[in-house]
Amino acid sequence: MADHSEQDILKGLGEIVEEIVGTDPAEVTPEKTFVDDLDIDSLSMVEIAVAAQDKFGVEIPDDQLKDLKTVQDVINFIQK
Amino acid sequence: MSKTDVVVTGLGATTPLGGDVATTWSALLDGRSGISMLPEDWHEKLPVHFAGRIAQEPSEKLPRPRLRRLDRTQQFALIAAQEAWGHAGTPDVDPLRLGVVVSSGIGGILTILEQYDTFREKGWKRVSPFTVPMLMPNSPAAAVALEFTARAGAHAPVSACASSAEAIANGVDMIRAGRADVVIAGGTEAAIHPLNIASFASMRALSTRNEDPQTASRPWDKDRDGFVMGEGAGILVLESAEHAAKRGAHVYAHAAGVGYTDDAHDIVMPDPEGAGQARAITQALADADLKPSDIVHVNAHATSTPAGDVGETRAIRTALGDSAADRVAVTSTKSMTGHLLGGAGAVESIATILALHEGQIPPTINISELDPEVAVDIVRDKPREMPSGDVAAVNESFGFGGHNIAVAFRRA
Repeated sequence: MADHSEQDILKGLGEIVEEIVGTDPAEVTPEKTFVDDLDIDSLSMVEIAVAAQDKFGVEIPDDQLKDLKTVQDVINFIQK
Repeated sequence: MSKTDVVVTGLGATTPLGGDVATTWSALLDGRSGISMLPEDWHEKLPVHFAGRIAQEPSEKLPRPRLRRLDRTQQFALIAAQEAWGHAGTPDVDPLRLGVVVSSGIGGILTILEQYDTFREKGWKRVSPFTVPMLMPNSPAAAVALEFTARAGAHAPVSACASSAEAIANGVDMIRAGRADVVIAGGTEAAIHPLNIASFASMRALSTRNEDPQTASRPWDKDRDGFVMGEGAGILVLESAEHAAKRGAHVYAHAAGVGYTDDAHDIVMPDPEGAGQARAITQALADADLKPSDIVHVNAHATSTPAGDVGETRAIRTALGDSAADRVAVTSTKSMTGHLLGGAGAVESIATILALHEGQIPPTINISELDPEVAVDIVRDKPREMPSGDVAAVNESFGFGGHNIAVAFRRA
């Protein structure tokens, strides 16, 4: 679904990350990695993927989730 | 070889009477009931419309992202453990010498039931990936170990409503065995859900005094008709006396001795003669090197069921002998908190310790007419002053399965 702007997706991801792990949404910027920079564990990534699917209507298959390392990777995947 | 002296240096609790030890303790001395009507509609389908909800919701103490990955039992345990740890002066201890023994009688049953609802309504993908680490019966112990970096071992003995007394007993044994210098020990329960109330109600174990919930928990009253389900947690910081002395910690009491027995009589009914309960007390006294005459107070298990309360008083008499039993002051704080199941033994141990420390025994409320079969002196309605000097007290906890635990505390 390409009808989400990069800004919208970034904002949405910030809200999801805040909800699930409590990080300030301002910290969720495109170059950040989920694991190292945002300190998000693998189980929380599963939750984030499911929440992103609900919000943007794009399913993230398990075998692709592990390749989505940065916030920008997720933005690109959703826009694809 | 003499046993390692184990002392209590910190206390923490979240109960139907208060969000911490101080408010819980003052409510116990005031003789206040923590029981209330259930606000949810589902109670209408049940024969019981009330329970002992904790006074302060975990959302007031823990941030939302933490709450969503912790079962309610874990939330309570963490809140109580944080208080106990702060109360103990945040001990500086080698993580390899810090242990945890934190129990729950039932485990993460709210998570199980809620996630099953989610699964049925929305499918497997919406089931939380934290379901397993939330529902495990060891999850409160694990959460506490993680929070305080306790690496000497984390344990969760399960013995139904005796679980958290057993956890304290195991914590004492862990220090005595030389496995740890400090142990965070206690228990937690969060099981107020229609299925659980239905389950206890179907065995006719719960009071149905819906017209007056605050008088429903009435241990030893002639008209008692069952226990009142509660929720909450209690946590102690146990420490070798040597370790506590070295850091100049305040000592609330000595955790002097423990006794463990099983009735092997029936899966739920206690032995009416209380032989196994009496053996637990006798063992705890022997383990503590105490004489029956040293015991001035018993915080009883007495849950307000027709089957259990009176037999326990006979067991106290059997264990202490007539001369000590004639003088011991017995109370059931469940008359105010309700029955916290896996949290009961720990919260009641805290009441026992504070009775020694503060010199006041909390009363049993709601006895309109004392059951004539009661074989000991019950502290009724108003707190009673505790004798001064080097005295001791016992907390008793029993669980379905015939489990009997007694923990003896000696005044510091």
